Amino acid sequence: MALDKIEILLEKYFEATTTVAEEEQLRDYFSQDSVAPHLEQYTPMFTYFSKAKDERFTKQVPLKPRVSYHKWISIAAVAVMAFGIYFGNDYREQREAEFAYQETKKALSLLAQNLERGTEKVAYLNEFEQAKQKIYNNN
Amino acid sequence: MVHTTTEQPIMTQSEFLNVVMPFKDKLYRLSKRLLISSEEAEDATQEVLMKLWSKNSDITNYKNVEAFAMTMTKNFCLDRLKSKQSSNLKLVHSNYEDGNTSLQKQMEARDSISWVEKIMEELPEQQKLVLQLRDVEEYDFKEIADLLEMQPTAVRVALSRARKTVREKLMQKHSYGIG
Repeated sequence: MALDKIEILLEKYFEATTTVAEEEQLRDYFSQDSVAPHLEQYTPMFTYFSKAKDERFTKQVPLKPRVSYHKWISIAAVAVMAFGIYFGNDYREQREAEFAYQETKKALSLLAQNLERGTEKVAYLNEFEQAKQKIYNNN
Repeated sequence: MVHTTTEQPIMTQSEFLNVVMPFKDKLYRLSKRLLISSEEAEDATQEVLMKLWSKNSDITNYKNVEAFAMTMTKNFCLDRLKSKQSSNLKLVHSNYEDGNTSLQKQMEARDSISWVEKIMEELPEQQKLVLQLRDVEEYDFKEIADLLEMQPTAVRVALSRARKTVREKLMQKHSYGIG
């Protein structure tokens, strides 16, 4: 490329009025060996920019498979709920059975008590019977 | 419980990597320009990519994922610098200059290409950013202006200043040897 054109581009470059394409031309010019001696001072700038562009990010990014995160959360929630309902039901049934058992026990003991009281009363009746027999016998 | 699926189609890991692959180096180079330490820059890049990944379905909505990621990186690094500054900590970097310069390092310092890198380190952050985005990444003024939330004319002024400063300091180094 003509030297005077490069000089013009350089001037524009420092005023930041060059286009990306023109800057590409400058980088190309300074990357070759035959740079005009009075322009050599600019070489490090342009070669540095080209070199800087080659730097790579080499580290691995640990991406957690968060894709189906929500899906799994809802599946887990449903599972927990199902378990809860299932075992909760069992538990409730057990509680109910126990309650019924206690109630029955109470009822039965009440019955037993009353029965006992009944027998006591019957004992009086027995007394009466005996007395009655005595009277009959005496007659 | 009803699981509503009104979200965007979810990207798989490899799809995501394909989207991110073309510009992940740019994110890293931008982080390194600001944070200087390559380790810090790697961490920052990783952090930004992971944030992008966690947004996952959202990023398909952005017209320009690259610009979005670059903005995220810029903000992340500036925040990082600010928090380090306020806690009075300097970013530690081991990638160059550890005080006792070995022979090899002295040789490197003589290499005038690495002068440019060091000169750029001394620039104000905004000029660093503009120079990086333009002369390394070859963004146009509109893109840079959007990314840095600046007026295109302000971008031009900052770029011109940055380039002239680099030139000036490079001349000084040339005339005095190692500065």
